Amino acid sequence: MTTPTIRVQPNDFDLQAEVDALTDGRTDIGAVVSFVGLCRGEQGKLSALELEHYPGMAETEMRRIVDLAIERFTLIGATAIHRHGRIEPGQNIVLVIATAAHRQAAFDGANFIMDFLKTSAPFWKKEHAADGTAGNWIEAKGIDDKAADKWL
Amino acid sequence: MKANLVYFAWVRERIGKTEEEIELPETVVTVRDLLSHLKGLGEEYENALEYPDVIRVALNQEHVEHDEPIAGAREIGIFPPMTGG
Repeated sequence: MTTPTIRVQPNDFDLQAEVDALTDGRTDIGAVVSFVGLCRGEQGKLSALELEHYPGMAETEMRRIVDLAIERFTLIGATAIHRHGRIEPGQNIVLVIATAAHRQAAFDGANFIMDFLKTSAPFWKKEHAADGTAGNWIEAKGIDDKAADKWL
Repeated sequence: MKANLVYFAWVRERIGKTEEEIELPETVVTVRDLLSHLKGLGEEYENALEYPDVIRVALNQEHVEHDEPIAGAREIGIFPPMTGG
């Protein structure tokens, strides 16, 4: 297993570079699953999202979730990168990659990491409306809690 | 005891501070006691903590339940349910 990459950063990430970092020089990986979450424009109603995080705790919590996934699904490697700050429609927000010997572990690992990033990593999204009205904080969804609960 | 509090998202906006150090009475033992004490500190706290059950708390940057004792915590994070990802 390689040491997982965990980063919280304002700038964008390069999906291919992050996949290469997990796979270069290895012959034991049979599956790579990556997930990229993007900012939706909500049919033109949204001008940007503002991502706030709890510095220190965000990284710690992401690492804890990734370590659980590695242990549970016998992943070979994993990466989780979450952006903060202002993010406009069409731009990337989050990247999760899981590598494993076989596809099911890689799919499940990436899915597990995303489900728990949503419900327990300390990030909050605020919407800035295209018409310039005051931003609303996005409300947590019960469907995200249900998604995480399926792994219990 | 003295407590270092840090606030995030709408809890931060409603209280109007990112962090503060406050002196707590001895009657404040658990996270639940802390939220109830803070709620009584003024209108802005009342607005932020109107529904304490939805508020999430981290002691030394680890999630805890509301019945957890806060003794010994260097940093107490108070924030709404998370909406990242």
